[in-house]
Amino acid sequence: MMRLPSYRYRAPKTVQDAAAWLAESPGDTMLLAGGTDLIPNMKRRQQAPSTLVGLRGVTELAQVDDRDGLEIGAGVTLSALVHHDRVHARYPGLWQAVGQIATPLLRNMGTIGGNICLDTRCTYYDQSFEWRQAINFCMKKDGDTCWVATSSDKCLAVSSTDAAPALIALGATVRLVSATGTRDVALTDLYANDGMHYLTRRADEILTAVTLPRAEGWRSTYWKLRRRGSFDFPVAAVAAAARFDGDRIVEARIVLGAVASRPLEVLAAAARLAGQTLTDDLMASVADDAYTLAKPMDNTDFELVWRKKTVRSLVTSALRELRGDDMRAARTKLARHPLLVIS
Amino acid sequence: MKLRLNFSVNGESAEALVDPDKTLLEVLREDLQLTGTKHGCELGECGACAVLLDDQPVLSCLVVSHECEGRSVVTVEGLTVDGRLHPLQECFADLGASQCGYCTPGILIAAKALLDREPNPSRDLIREALSGNLCRCTGYQQILDAVEASIVRLGEGGDQK
Repeated sequence: MMRLPSYRYRAPKTVQDAAAWLAESPGDTMLLAGGTDLIPNMKRRQQAPSTLVGLRGVTELAQVDDRDGLEIGAGVTLSALVHHDRVHARYPGLWQAVGQIATPLLRNMGTIGGNICLDTRCTYYDQSFEWRQAINFCMKKDGDTCWVATSSDKCLAVSSTDAAPALIALGATVRLVSATGTRDVALTDLYANDGMHYLTRRADEILTAVTLPRAEGWRSTYWKLRRRGSFDFPVAAVAAAARFDGDRIVEARIVLGAVASRPLEVLAAAARLAGQTLTDDLMASVADDAYTLAKPMDNTDFELVWRKKTVRSLVTSALRELRGDDMRAARTKLARHPLLVIS
Repeated sequence: MKLRLNFSVNGESAEALVDPDKTLLEVLREDLQLTGTKHGCELGECGACAVLLDDQPVLSCLVVSHECEGRSVVTVEGLTVDGRLHPLQECFADLGASQCGYCTPGILIAAKALLDREPNPSRDLIREALSGNLCRCTGYQQILDAVEASIVRLGEGGDQK
């Protein structure tokens, strides 16, 4: 049986109090939202904060404001988001991504802020304390060596958030609040390609909200590869969004998931799409770019060379869906069941 | 120091003096002797520990005890009323939907939450609602059949939900 390590629990009612308590000892205090990532990690001693600041009583974090664009409080559960009419209607890429996170039970607990900040994952890290101890631990926690690539001087754990690629493709910004101030950053700038230091968020900052601009003219989509159709982290994924003027793309963003330690933007190829209509040749060249950029490591499920190859077909499927091709059969074949909303 | 917890369990108010580091699952099984809720993977992967928390199905192995104060918990023991099984339980028994039985309490809870919200779900919707509950005996077809059969039985005037 894996028991939680001892911790002190504090329950603020406001972001202000949460930020003040976090600032008291940011190095060994952690924020607890849905707990679906942190609690298993604490049981395995991957994380052992001495204090947990529980955010579920901070009601201002659980609001959705859809008057202009979409402002989602970090504490909004993934279930609430997937059942939000406007998310489904206007931001289908986000809806598809969130609907494929974990299971209904976990989506009832997990929050959008938690998925954005999801700890990076690795075969050598997401193991019990005794398992990790038996290999003398790894660089990410308690050890010195990255067992994925022993000559690597940085941790190669993989970014496994589904929501972040979809949100970045839709132009998201996030708000970070600390006891000393507030700053808004583009979500893409929240991440660094380093498995240990994968967030640029400071330890004393709370991610309070994610904001999407208005969706008029935009189409978006998310394609995810995972072992089980019912329930798994992504092992390769692509989010794509484009603003169209008729058949012609005005601007586009393509973001890969689970093939680096951060969500990976395919910037040059996305820029090439501006002013173009989506021909098969153009989609193939964008897919080539994405294939070249993707650097999956041997640290999660499936064989890595094959995982890299799938990026090309995932990008092609995503772009075809943006073009308006009927991709339902391909999507069902990949996911093995229809994506559903339980109302 | 122990944590004094006041909450509602299966419709009755409960008070427990618990180790503050415990999860809801550990409190239910070890402090309240409600062992119907099963201790499976402990990591949120299997669904065996599902309970209703404020009417929402969640995984009790991932809920810290501090966050249960003042809330309402329903476990598999709370599905029976006056000694009568819930129609879901009757159908699971009648149709052999329980083999080793370890996953059954969590599946009953997840299925009840679905039927409370959607009284006439499609097979696909049932599959989706139960997608977080693993059955190591792999008896999924009988489980889906039993949930479908319970829809009929509830519709015929099963007086509980």
